[in-house]
Amino acid sequence: MSFLAIEHLTKSYGSNQVVQRFDLDVKAGEFVTFLGPSGCGKTTTLRMIAGFETATSGAIRIAGRDVTHLPPNARDVGMVFQNYALFPNMTAAGNVAFGLKVAKKRAADIKARVAEMLDLVKLPGLADRYPYQMSGGQQQRVALARALATSPKLLLLDEPLSALDAKVRVALRDELKALQRDLGITTVFVTHDQEEALSMSDRIVVMSEGRIEQLGTPFEIYNRPRTRFVASFIGTLNIIEAKVVDARAGAIRIGGQDARVGRQVSVADGADCTVALRPEAVSLQDPGDGCNRIGGTIQDVSFLGAVVRIKVGVGQARIMLDRFNSPGLPPPSPGERVTLHFSPDDLVPLDAA
Amino acid sequence: MSLAWLGVVPFFSFAALFLLLPTAYLVVGAFQDNDGHFTLANLAGLAEPGIVSAYAISLEVSAASAILGSAFGFLLAWAVVLGGLPAWLRPMLLTFSGVASNFAGLPLAFAFIATLGRTGLVTTILQSVFGFRLYGTGFNILSFSGLTLTYLYFQIPLMVLILTPALDGLKTEWREAATILGASPFGYWRHVVMPILWPSLLGTTLLLFANSFGAIATAYGLTGSTLNLVTILLYAQIRGDVLHNPHLGYALALGMVVITGVSNALYIALRTRHERWIR
Amino acid sequence: MKRPRFGAWLAFAVGVAYFAIPLIGTVEFSLRIRRGTYSLDAYGNVLSDPAFWNTFGFSASAAVATIVAGTLLVVPTAYWIRLRLPGLRPYVEFITLMPLIIPAIVLVFGYLRLYNSSSWLPMTGAPWSTDVLMVAGYVVLALPYLYRAVDTGMRSIDVRSLTEAAESLGAARSTILFRVIFPNVRTAVLSGAFLTFAIVIGEFTLASLLDRPAFGPYLQLVGANRAYEPSALAFIAFAVTWACMGLIQLFARDPAARSVKV
Repeated sequence: MSFLAIEHLTKSYGSNQVVQRFDLDVKAGEFVTFLGPSGCGKTTTLRMIAGFETATSGAIRIAGRDVTHLPPNARDVGMVFQNYALFPNMTAAGNVAFGLKVAKKRAADIKARVAEMLDLVKLPGLADRYPYQMSGGQQQRVALARALATSPKLLLLDEPLSALDAKVRVALRDELKALQRDLGITTVFVTHDQEEALSMSDRIVVMSEGRIEQLGTPFEIYNRPRTRFVASFIGTLNIIEAKVVDARAGAIRIGGQDARVGRQVSVADGADCTVALRPEAVSLQDPGDGCNRIGGTIQDVSFLGAVVRIKVGVGQARIMLDRFNSPGLPPPSPGERVTLHFSPDDLVPLDAA
Repeated sequence: MSLAWLGVVPFFSFAALFLLLPTAYLVVGAFQDNDGHFTLANLAGLAEPGIVSAYAISLEVSAASAILGSAFGFLLAWAVVLGGLPAWLRPMLLTFSGVASNFAGLPLAFAFIATLGRTGLVTTILQSVFGFRLYGTGFNILSFSGLTLTYLYFQIPLMVLILTPALDGLKTEWREAATILGASPFGYWRHVVMPILWPSLLGTTLLLFANSFGAIATAYGLTGSTLNLVTILLYAQIRGDVLHNPHLGYALALGMVVITGVSNALYIALRTRHERWIR
Repeated sequence: MKRPRFGAWLAFAVGVAYFAIPLIGTVEFSLRIRRGTYSLDAYGNVLSDPAFWNTFGFSASAAVATIVAGTLLVVPTAYWIRLRLPGLRPYVEFITLMPLIIPAIVLVFGYLRLYNSSSWLPMTGAPWSTDVLMVAGYVVLALPYLYRAVDTGMRSIDVRSLTEAAESLGAARSTILFRVIFPNVRTAVLSGAFLTFAIVIGEFTLASLLDRPAFGPYLQLVGANRAYEPSALAFIAFAVTWACMGLIQLFARDPAARSVKV
């Protein structure tokens, strides 16, 4: 039984469809992320769940209740905004208390709940600070406490980390995830940052041009991207043009050399196809057991610290590979002939986009 | 020893000669008698009925035009910023406000006499088309209500100019955050908008108050010296020493500076508070 | 996206009526000078009056003098405060705001007492020195607007880096001020200048009490003695104000010059 159910959701402005037939089931307690570039419809979808935008067609159900046409203040959801959106005329405590106050809770209950929430976000000493007296990270914690104070059924996070410094962002990311797991609150998170999406989510919805490109766990999305868009949007990736030799057996040719794909290729024999390969899946050492072996010439070596990135030319194609830095092993130099090894399972055929 | 301070000598000399010294001369003079001895008699002399009523009328006109001006200016600014009117109306209103807020003095008085005077356009149209005798109601453009109505012509635009940025500063996210936390539109205005805006609303009202309190040309052009405003009394005093005591004139001026000074100081304090929040 | 609300339209319509009717009334009244028919005679009378041209010319010259003097006073000061004496900023700002507190009539009262013909600096003793005093008074009245416009303009150009860059190229201080700083705050100065022009051209209090043949006292004289010509003058004055503001809009395209008004 899904907790948040979205069915055939569509949003258009005039003839411009910004969200097209969006379907999604989110289980209770799940952390789902909408990931995509700006303009992909992820924020519009979130705002339809919140009630700030009205759906052109389709339905949204929260805990079995159809909320498609309810105003935002009747949906029982909490939301955190990108630029904090704290009320500047209220202290941290006043902000957290706001939802309880408009719900006409008793003063003593409000006070206890506010204290509890500020403890939860680790800001017990800042109750009397005004937003302008707090750092971005502190403001966003208060915003989170404010959103959770009314015990909403669903938490919506609209790029809550994007306005923060890199260091604060990572710290708050981990905390946010831990908090979500402890409270068990169903959460929808919108971001354009793949690292955030991969590290926090139970499942990721990758979106492009108003459509769902792929829906899956971070592991699936990263390792088995289904479309060229997903593959190129997430992580660094080799996109290689190949020729199909035998679709059934998964035999292809890359730069004139034979290689095998771990599953069937849905393209006719003799046709062109595109395959993806993660740089970290390629090795210069031979691991033995039935892997692909392709020879090439090193074109470029970049030393990135912990990782050494090597670009190898294979016929017309160019394949990047990452190798961990090791003090005892100096990086190879351009012009060297090398053999690339990679498992057929790591070679992912992409749907034509 | 750095000579950097030489760079600001012209400015401070100018300010001393043409702003500080003349003002100080009046302030000091207000506490002196004709022989230069300290006295409070001039200030006590302000209690004369003629002077008290001049202050009273000035305060009333300024308060009325400031309060009405800020109320209607707020409505207009709200209409173009948040009221959902077509976007092209906004730059038009702001440009016009820039013009109208500087269109004061004698020409403004002439315009209102031409419109609402005894033979003005509106007066004659009301009479001939609706059979309504405006001057039969006791209205007179040369009176308190007429002057207030005229002052609004530069007060409202000034309010619009100052308040539009403040209304722009209301973030959409605040409304959304309040709504999703369960607040009604009324609750959002009561708990968020009004607390954020009141310092600038009140502060700007004080600015408008000071603005009309020190004005003279419009009133002089409109009413000559029939309406006994402080500024008009002071003008007559400067021209012909109607109070028969120059030091009483200084006290009159000091009273004006105190009133405009206090309202401006409050305006600046309230504005600082608003800016601190909005940063 | 949002539908306009009825209240917004109502407020706007009332506003348009309030602001348009006096203008229409003025124009209508100014055309009424001949019984039973509309004519431009009132405008003809005004424009053929040599006193109109003399006083308007006098006030326009006073406005130009005010703008030049004000700019020469404010730009170097604002520059120097930003560059070398930031500690004095609050004092300078306070002084530039004082004219908002001290009404013009109080200011001129002080001038008349302090600089009368029997004082230590008898500026009201001769017409030319009275003119100087009047222009000084106008500079004071324009100070809040002028200083703010220029200071805002300077904030957006980072005077310190510009100065250091010019110094490293071997430029002298005066060259920097006139060749580098002035051109960069030109739009700010211009919008301050047009606003000053609009304020000075019809100014009544100072000109009248200092007894100068300016446009303001001329307006008052016509207003007291004629019926229809004042409306024609009011319309002309409105057009002049409108032209000044239009020019500000034109130059304020540059964001540096935008917040002229308090």
